[in-house]
Amino acid sequence: MSAVKLHNIVKKFGAFTAVHPMSLDIPERSFVTLLGPSGCGKTTTLRMVAGLLDPTEGDILVAGRQINDVPIHKRNLGIVFQNYALFPHKTVADNVAFGLKHRNIPKEERNRRVAEALELVQLPHLANSYPKQLSGGQQQRIALARAIVIEPDVLLLDEPLSALDANLREDMRVELKRIQEQIGITTIFVTHDQSEALAMSDILVVMSNGRVEQVGAPKEIYSNPTSRFVADFLGTSNILEAEITSEGGQSGLTAAAVGFVPLRDEQMAKLAGRAKAYLVIRAEKIDILPLDAGPDARLSFEGTIEAVDYQGQLVRYFVDVQGMKFQVLNMLSGTTSFEDGDRVSVRFDSQDCVAVGED
Amino acid sequence: MSIEKREARQPWVLLSPALVSILLLLIVPLMFIVVYSFWLRTATGADQVGFYLDNWIEVLTDEFYRDILLQTLRIASVTTIVCAVMGYPAAYFIARSRGNKAILLLLLMLPFWISYIIRTMSWINILGVSGAFNSVLMMLGIIDEPLQLLYNEVTVILGLVHFLLPFMILNIYVSLEDIDRNLEDAACSLGAHRGRTFLEITLPLSLPGLAAGGLLCFVLGAGTYITPVILGGPRDAMFANLVFEAIITQLDWPLGSVLSLVLIAVLGSIVLVYNRFLGMRQLMKGLA
Repeated sequence: MSAVKLHNIVKKFGAFTAVHPMSLDIPERSFVTLLGPSGCGKTTTLRMVAGLLDPTEGDILVAGRQINDVPIHKRNLGIVFQNYALFPHKTVADNVAFGLKHRNIPKEERNRRVAEALELVQLPHLANSYPKQLSGGQQQRIALARAIVIEPDVLLLDEPLSALDANLREDMRVELKRIQEQIGITTIFVTHDQSEALAMSDILVVMSNGRVEQVGAPKEIYSNPTSRFVADFLGTSNILEAEITSEGGQSGLTAAAVGFVPLRDEQMAKLAGRAKAYLVIRAEKIDILPLDAGPDARLSFEGTIEAVDYQGQLVRYFVDVQGMKFQVLNMLSGTTSFEDGDRVSVRFDSQDCVAVGED
Repeated sequence: MSIEKREARQPWVLLSPALVSILLLLIVPLMFIVVYSFWLRTATGADQVGFYLDNWIEVLTDEFYRDILLQTLRIASVTTIVCAVMGYPAAYFIARSRGNKAILLLLLMLPFWISYIIRTMSWINILGVSGAFNSVLMMLGIIDEPLQLLYNEVTVILGLVHFLLPFMILNIYVSLEDIDRNLEDAACSLGAHRGRTFLEITLPLSLPGLAAGGLLCFVLGAGTYITPVILGGPRDAMFANLVFEAIITQLDWPLGSVLSLVLIAVLGSIVLVYNRFLGMRQLMKGLA
């Protein structure tokens, strides 16, 4: 049975539709991420599950029970807010104990469970501190402890990492995932950060303009986007307008600058019934080689480096191939590096190319 | 001069007109009052310069002054409590309303456009013998004779509440606005229903605003002079009326000075106690 089921939920604010009919099955114990740019409806969806917003239409089921009209304090959900929302006038222990107190858990058990929760987030020594005495990362852990100590049916995380600085965010990402796996709680996570989404999720839901664009495992979505939006939003892609053609019995896409690119049948199948076709080449799937490099099985084109964006272990090249601009991400290896104006050989494997359609 | 140096000096340059006026118009006159308080008015009406403690001893020992002081503090306390009870729901409503906050706040400030004295006198037209309230009751045949509603302690408190309520509402409003709405949502999500959330989260977090509003209402109420004159009876005098009486009517500046200083000392110590426990910052927020 799915832990959470959204059935055709819609949210309208006046004439504006924030979430178009949306259905989603969230399996028990899974980590599901709603990913999308701001305004895509991901937070609205989370707030509807939380009970902070009422869906205009549709049903929300938690553990098989319809909860549309269940008030928020009876939903048994753990929510971690973006700004943590710790009660400033209560100690850490009282913050964590809050939900237990309102469930009339006897004091002894309450203290034991608060201690366990603080142990789980590795901050037992802060029980008597006040939130403002804690660092951002600590506050975030306490907010998590407060949400999971009530043993909620579902844990809802509203961009919980976005207020932390970069290094801490990556640590917390690992920590959050560890805790989620340890207690095996169904989790809905909202973020606009694709690396968080790719690293943490069992199931990724990419949203745009109030609609679900694609649902699947992170690897599957990354390697095989089904819409132009997903191809563009996740990672760095080169997206070329293309025509469906075939050469010698092999069908594929023909685009400016690269000409005919043969594609696997399952990619071509994605274009069936779509008005427009695009050829997608991931920036890291393209190689830049010196012009005099020996030929290989890959497609090869001549291009000119227009700009180099040095990023430490990675380097991003902006390359012009017959008037088309390509972005290329390469690992910096040894001595081969290129500079503006260099003529280079641009290579990629047609097997790495993806087709997406658009209506 | 470096920007750093200039910026370090700038506050003092900008503050100097205000500081000079405070010095000349407040500190210096206050010093005069202190000096006056040790003089003595003779039977001839002339002030005798010197160091006499007679007025101080009279004011501090005479039960008449003590009773009026207690009555003043009582009226101010009741006014403050009424303002808090009436002001909190209004402030909560404004803070939680969507969109039209600016209009609601404007409505709240609207009475300040009319003179405080006029506003106070308007109660005579409402509660007076031929006022609106009595006229309606007579018209409906509920009473035959107009009721004597004015000129008692209740109408003084009514007038003060009318005057001070916006200060209370503004202060509570400011502290309610400061509360992160997510805190209430978090409390609800943890199982507290709306009422418990209010008592455990919203109310405690808005206490600084309530206290600041309370202090303002109390100090302004206790120092009031006009309201008891317009709406009070002969027995409803407040401490500031005694000051007026001494200085303007009896021309007894030394006695009036002592009375002023006593009132300043009492209200000052209340402000100090408040500051000790809650700090002045909250008060400034409410006034800003």
